[in-house]
Amino acid sequence: MKKKVMTVDDSRTMRDMVSFTLRGAGYDVVEAADGQQAMSAIATNKVDLVITDLNMPVMDGLTLIRKLRAIPAHRTLPILMLTTEADESKKAEGRAAGATGWIVKPFNPDKLVSVVQKVCG
Amino acid sequence: MDDLSRFKQTYFDESAELLAVAEAGLLRLAPGDIDMDEVNAIFRAVHSIKGGGGAFGFNDLVAFAHEFETVMDGVRNAEIPVSTELVDTLIRANDVLARLLAHAADETEAPAGTTDDTVAALRRFLDRSGEPADEAPPAAIQAAAGFYPDDEDDEAGIFGDALAAIQAARDDQPARAAGPVPEGKVRWTIVFRPKAELLLSGNEPTYMLRALRRLGEAEVICHLDRLPPLRDLDAELLHLSWTVTLLADPQVNRAQIDDVFEFVADDCDIRISAEAPPPAIIVPALIAPVEPVTPAPAVNLPEPVASAAAPATPAATTSGAAKPGDGARRTNGGTDHAGPATHTIRVDLDKIDRLVNMVGEMVITQAMIAEHLRDLPPGQFQELLEGLEGLAQHTRELRESVMSIRAQPVSSVFSRMPRLVRECAAVTGKEVMLVTTGETTEVDKTVVENLVDPLTHMIRNSIDHGLEGPEERERVGKPRAGTVHLSAAHRSGRIVIEVTDDGRGINRAKVLSKAIEKGLVQPGASLSDEEIDHLIFLPGFSTADQVSNLSGRGVGMDVVRRNISSLGGRIGVYSTPGEGSRFVLSLPLTLAVLDGMVISVGEERFVLPLTNIVESLRPKPADLHGLVNKCDVMMARGEYVRLVHLHRLFGIPKAIDDATKGLVVLVETEDGSRLGLVVDEVLGQQQVVIKSLESNFRRLDGVAAATILGDGRVALILDVAGLREMSRHGSGTGAGNGNASGSTPPSPSLPAPADKSDQRQRQTV
Repeated sequence: MKKKVMTVDDSRTMRDMVSFTLRGAGYDVVEAADGQQAMSAIATNKVDLVITDLNMPVMDGLTLIRKLRAIPAHRTLPILMLTTEADESKKAEGRAAGATGWIVKPFNPDKLVSVVQKVCG
Repeated sequence: MDDLSRFKQTYFDESAELLAVAEAGLLRLAPGDIDMDEVNAIFRAVHSIKGGGGAFGFNDLVAFAHEFETVMDGVRNAEIPVSTELVDTLIRANDVLARLLAHAADETEAPAGTTDDTVAALRRFLDRSGEPADEAPPAAIQAAAGFYPDDEDDEAGIFGDALAAIQAARDDQPARAAGPVPEGKVRWTIVFRPKAELLLSGNEPTYMLRALRRLGEAEVICHLDRLPPLRDLDAELLHLSWTVTLLADPQVNRAQIDDVFEFVADDCDIRISAEAPPPAIIVPALIAPVEPVTPAPAVNLPEPVASAAAPATPAATTSGAAKPGDGARRTNGGTDHAGPATHTIRVDLDKIDRLVNMVGEMVITQAMIAEHLRDLPPGQFQELLEGLEGLAQHTRELRESVMSIRAQPVSSVFSRMPRLVRECAAVTGKEVMLVTTGETTEVDKTVVENLVDPLTHMIRNSIDHGLEGPEERERVGKPRAGTVHLSAAHRSGRIVIEVTDDGRGINRAKVLSKAIEKGLVQPGASLSDEEIDHLIFLPGFSTADQVSNLSGRGVGMDVVRRNISSLGGRIGVYSTPGEGSRFVLSLPLTLAVLDGMVISVGEERFVLPLTNIVESLRPKPADLHGLVNKCDVMMARGEYVRLVHLHRLFGIPKAIDDATKGLVVLVETEDGSRLGLVVDEVLGQQQVVIKSLESNFRRLDGVAAATILGDGRVALILDVAGLREMSRHGSGTGAGNGNASGSTPPSPSLPAPADKSDQRQRQTV
């Protein structure tokens, strides 16, 4: 069965590119434009991985990660932060919030696929 | 990488929206009053443009966006104070970014030096905030500016002090596996003891083992020493650990193995060691110079390539080895054409219009079926009637859904206004504050698009003619800065847009004398204040003492009125000398279908927009009062309401004249004034499809449009505000040529019955 990945990003371009790359690698992809949308989409979609931007309107990525981790069903859900912010404190914050790992954008499609494979097979 | 070029259009579309967001935010940015959400939104917009630009290799654009972003970041962190100068520079930067995007879209090079001045201006703010402006761009920017950075280690990394953990692990060598290492291979021994909580960060060790397996021949031993008895087992914790012996090609380097564990390095105890055959055999096979070139027997080979600390890893190292992603992409390459699915789709407007039209026809058909079945004996066809009820309900919902496809918030128009105000203020030397409310109000796309010009004219007009200069304002005790308030709201099923200023109001004496001078009004005509105010909508009228750059060419308000009425809208003006003016636009929400009440007058049928109707009642004789000028009024709910006899207005024979014998439908216009329409009968509520009378016949006063009823008859849709205007003239109160509602004489006869048979034919075809 295809694994389902949710991409959460307020940039349509970025969502499209993540979707395209991962679909090409054989994943199903669902999209959400912010943390809030992701929370409601995840209530009805069983996803195997969440890739989230950090800086988003309505609900930012770190809040999303914390909220997801607070839900028992998502305690072990892989969550990657997709961000251009290379600063260490953001990564530490993400890690403290419960992120599984991180990818810096603009991403190399191969790198994205390999990281995704690494965390969700 | 051409795979991703298909997203360029999305990127440009999105960037255009982001530029607009940034501009709107920048225009609202003012010293002393900083909305952090707004600043963040601007930052995000620039940031997203930069991010996407990096993906497509628009290096100039990315470099510039970075400068812009850096300053925004400073503003965000309160390192750079917000000043008017800063805002101006940022707005200029936004324009430059727009130009660079346009060049990128046209695939042309931006002229050399396009960004120089702005970059210099931007950097000056950084200087002041104490950051060295000529600081080399951080590594992240260099990565972002590249097409795809070859330097993989920059793209994903290890949490926290993971590096140190790996380093420590490396120094602590486990016992090495026995047996000679085959020629041309390196044997890696990896002891992986994750913490029990590893699973809670969403990491899955089996995937890591699989990833190791992709690097070479792996032998995996699972250690169960930490496994508790079943009754103590917590299924969410990890109790296993592994030793992996990996026989890999020499191209596989330490970084690749570290990479497998990059996300979990802090959450596990990991030991990695390598064992190689004598170097004489290995060295020639090595590609990467970072691999040990030292001829000494390398027991602890190879030297680790610390991922984050050594971004200098040459491209050859990272691209040479088999990347799991490569294989996966290739095998699934065939599905690429499926393309991305998104939450929004772009549809040709024609298709939607066709859909709207079909829904319109469906509404008519549904009404016709209902009409035919109305006379069925009740009870006998209960199910059929219930089904019909459901069909009516669904038709209404379908109509609303289709209409909502075309609906857009007016914010797309409103967001252009701050800039306009800024420019106008600069040209006129006035101080202006723009306040907008109701930006989220939605209205049909066509209406939104056609609002730009009228609103531009009206706002220019308010600033140019309405507002006083700052000194004059101070003299009369007003704040130096004038306020222009732009608002939108849904009212009575229409959208009402108001432009209000707190300026000097319309100078009626001046307007009147100008109108007389231009021959628009007969000298000596007596006009009410309201009528004088409306003179400004007449073609060729202008009061500006000298023609300014902004307005005052004498075309503005006339064009505004024409544009608005072509959309089925109306414009009104309310002015108080010394206090300001208020222009009110009222427009239909959609141009296609309407909920109406069918009424009969004599043999004729009319449709009243449901949104105008307050109630219908049969007055008692005592409620009615005749006035001298043949205008009847009625007492309704403690209020006098003017009565309009539709049959008199339209010249319809054989209709009920006595309101106590017929019915009075109480209607309300958008501005809240009420009117009682005397009709014979109220036939029922129905959705009707609006057929433009102008495009099929001509414009008639008091009539908004026409429609086809369920029985195939044509009925006119009444325009309540127009009826009020007509009834005023009918009662002979004002001067005829001061009428704002147009030059068509009142009391037009109805379209001849021939029209109806035409329509009937059309229906039966």
